Amino acid sequence: MSEMKKFMFVNRKAPYGTIYALESLEVVLITAAFDQDVSLAFLDDGVYQLKKGQQTKGIETKNFSPAYRALEGYDIEKLYVEKESLEARGIVEEDLLVDVTVLTRAEMGALMDEQDVVLSF
Amino acid sequence: MKFGIVVNEGPYQHQASDSAYLFAKAAIAGGHEVWRVFFYHDGVNNASKLTEPPQDDRHIVNRWAKLAEEHKVDLVVCVAAALRRGIKEENLAQGFRISGLGQLVEAGIKCDRLVTFGD
Amino acid sequence: MLHIVNKSPLSSNALDSCLRVAQSGEILLIEDAVYGATGGSAYEEKLREAMGRFKVYVLQPDLEARGLADRLMDGVSPVDYSGFVELAANNKSCQSWL
Repeated sequence: MSEMKKFMFVNRKAPYGTIYALESLEVVLITAAFDQDVSLAFLDDGVYQLKKGQQTKGIETKNFSPAYRALEGYDIEKLYVEKESLEARGIVEEDLLVDVTVLTRAEMGALMDEQDVVLSF
Repeated sequence: MKFGIVVNEGPYQHQASDSAYLFAKAAIAGGHEVWRVFFYHDGVNNASKLTEPPQDDRHIVNRWAKLAEEHKVDLVVCVAAALRRGIKEENLAQGFRISGLGQLVEAGIKCDRLVTFGD
Repeated sequence: MLHIVNKSPLSSNALDSCLRVAQSGEILLIEDAVYGATGGSAYEEKLREAMGRFKVYVLQPDLEARGLADRLMDGVSPVDYSGFVELAANNKSCQSWL
């Protein structure tokens, strides 16, 4: 498929409480395999997906957080986190398990406007 | 214009499937094409042929199937989400097919607009 | 861009987030988000403020279903499903704030 579109995956939900964070990762990987321009945006409770130190043994659920670090291997390098969402949760960049670009809300909004396809999770 | 639709929630529990259906119907009535509807997460439950709503209620599953038949809408159920929830070929309603997530990405690429309904 | 919101702003931050992050464009309130477009609610002032930056629409069948057709705030435009389709078609892209 030669067409290339700008896909953005908007993650606004925390992991484990619901399935959406995990499913988002699945689509992200497939989209990259289709040679599309892929961006991930983390807003609101979605920023919790990137928190270091997730230990899921006690809830008998797969810890999928290492997958965010593996994205680079699939040439998925555009990870954007909204500054205001981090601040509202008392989280700083050093708490995150992967390198991200922190954007202000206005920068994030402008980036969304540039996309062809926005999928929300 | 070519529309793709994503349905993320199950029938009868959340309004998403109803909203998506009414949007699809209106798009077709407006002269647009609904190229594909992709059922994801609990949305795969929209494809169970074992669904039996009370007689005075809408039949969400059959309604999708009828739309697909009359207007050649491709109803695709995400295979991984479906198998997790016990939706298989043997209980798949007419008009639906089970396939991979690539079908969702393809809808994003091929359609002019992709509209998501969910929770 | 068309921003689609489907949750009541009195119980979810989806509309708040949309108004915080989105820069401009059109907003369509569907399903439980229609409660955000009713006059006299605690959200009225906030939505009115947003109207300077966004054109705001509400899905009329959802408003009617909830018994609030007579409470629609001034300045919010009601659309039916065909209006919803045209909003999606006329904007370059759309985003559902789930």
